[in-house]
Amino acid sequence: MEAGALSTPVLRARRNRKDRIGDPLLRGLSGLAAAVAVAAILGISYEVTKIASPAISRFGLGFLTVNDWNPVTERFGAAPFLYGTVVTAGIALLLAAPLSIAISVYLTELAPQRLRRPVATLVDMLAAIPTVILGLWGILVLGPFMRDTIEPALKSAFGFLPIFSGDPSAFGYLTAALILTIMITPIITSVTREVFETVPGELKEGFYALGATRWEMVRRVVLPYSRAGIVGGAMLGLGRAIGEAIAVAQVIGGAYGIHASLFHTGGTLAAQIAAQFQGAPNQLQRSSLAYLGLILLVFAVIVNVIARVIVRRGGLEEAEFTPTEAEAL
Amino acid sequence: MEHALYAQSGGLRRRRRVNRAVELTSTVAAVLAVAVLLLVVGSVLLKGLGALSIHFLTTPTALFGEEGGGISNAIIGTAIVVALAAAMAIPVGLLVAIYTTEFAPPRIGNPVRFVLDVLNGVPTIVTGIFVYGLLVAGRQQSGYAAAVALAIIMLPIVARTAQEVLALVPATLKEAAHALGIAHWRTTMRVTLPTAAGGLLTGALVAVARVAGETAPLILLCSIFAPGNLTDPREGLATIPIFIFQASESPSPTAHTEAWAAALVLIAFVLVLNLVARAFYARSRQRMEG
Repeated sequence: MEAGALSTPVLRARRNRKDRIGDPLLRGLSGLAAAVAVAAILGISYEVTKIASPAISRFGLGFLTVNDWNPVTERFGAAPFLYGTVVTAGIALLLAAPLSIAISVYLTELAPQRLRRPVATLVDMLAAIPTVILGLWGILVLGPFMRDTIEPALKSAFGFLPIFSGDPSAFGYLTAALILTIMITPIITSVTREVFETVPGELKEGFYALGATRWEMVRRVVLPYSRAGIVGGAMLGLGRAIGEAIAVAQVIGGAYGIHASLFHTGGTLAAQIAAQFQGAPNQLQRSSLAYLGLILLVFAVIVNVIARVIVRRGGLEEAEFTPTEAEAL
Repeated sequence: MEHALYAQSGGLRRRRRVNRAVELTSTVAAVLAVAVLLLVVGSVLLKGLGALSIHFLTTPTALFGEEGGGISNAIIGTAIVVALAAAMAIPVGLLVAIYTTEFAPPRIGNPVRFVLDVLNGVPTIVTGIFVYGLLVAGRQQSGYAAAVALAIIMLPIVARTAQEVLALVPATLKEAAHALGIAHWRTTMRVTLPTAAGGLLTGALVAVARVAGETAPLILLCSIFAPGNLTDPREGLATIPIFIFQASESPSPTAHTEAWAAALVLIAFVLVLNLVARAFYARSRQRMEG
């Protein structure tokens, strides 16, 4: 903008007129957009509750504990799917959290400098793979491998435990849990890696100067310093694992019971909705599926809110924000 | 001081052994993650490449029970649905970010950020139920319904990345514009947004890559389609994720091969988009931080 043009009174007047509209307009439009985002979350809660309301009024809170899903007798309950969700997401978290910490230790403390970025990028790419493709891989590659190799081995070694009893099968809780592990490990890793990178170098060097080994330094400095980030990242991963519908629907086998054996087929809240909502034969069943969705929504929101609060308190808000992390968060 | 004198404390050999074991475990964990990525991508490449052909890419899906179809309708459908979703989510997401970083006081901006984070944590299948109740119940499945669901999934991703990127724009630039007496909205449109353009593009690309493979809501909203409908989003459209999902559930080996080939198309698109997004991000960050 040339100074000469600006000083022309006519132009300035025109500019002022536009500014009188422009400022409130942009403020108003952008405020409206923010309102849309808030409306979306309220709308989701309202609409899902509305669709679920016939099932809510028929089954009440007892729905949570009924271990049945029978379209013929029209008796529906959430217990088998709550169980499946807790078992699969729980195992995934138990496997993925230590794995993510170990990967982050490698990426921030061990890897040669020129390997750090490429390896970190590759791990992030794992998070970018569409879950339907992970599910396809689960059905055709991982499932048969579980049935023929992993599960027989677990059975012969730990078969006395109820969770490793029963017949090995390609589809079931364990296969689903492993697919979820693959899904959430890069998500947790992206958070833990970021926090590990914020640990002050002076603290680490101080410990090395005391003669600590690398592990002793990590255990005494990096892990305590990053505790909030680790827990927050793990919760974010847990939220994802709970809510994943497709990949789990593909590999869990779609059964309705509660089974101690991890080799057994089962179902989760999200997977059950994905499997039956579209073809639900009547309104009550569809409504019961929406009820599952409502339970799922409550779970996911609670887990995510806790994760956010922890991560925020850990001061991670200012941490570097990379594209795939944006996706993961 | 409990650990003041590591150097003199005993069991050096044992401490070293523990350290070695932990280092080895960490390295193995990283190798494992990369190996799983290579295994999955490798499987898709190995099994999909054989079935991938010009014919497969340019022929619509065969009618039920027939063989030899392709995925041209699914590619077109995914392109339409994702483009519609992006057209809704990217402007709105950008505006949300502009609101929170440029206009809103912290006591409003922070809750909005929080809402976006919660929205991002909503399981996509639940978003699907919402849009089902809004647009499909009592009517029919449609490409529009799918686009709305994908837009809701994209919105927090676009908005949150845009917020982070806009916050990186040097305050000195904005202050310089203000000092010249330039109105706030002009500064935003002419200074802040262009400076952040690369980073903003990154968020948009990542969001597109994320929803291109999104399957769960599409099952409820856009999985019934007439084979003849290629482009009309008022009715159901074929999409690549639904094609992969349905083919993966089929017992037929032919269907599995086709699923791998479609997966190859999808995974290539998603990974390339992600890598491009990263490149943009790195460049734009460099520019803003000097």
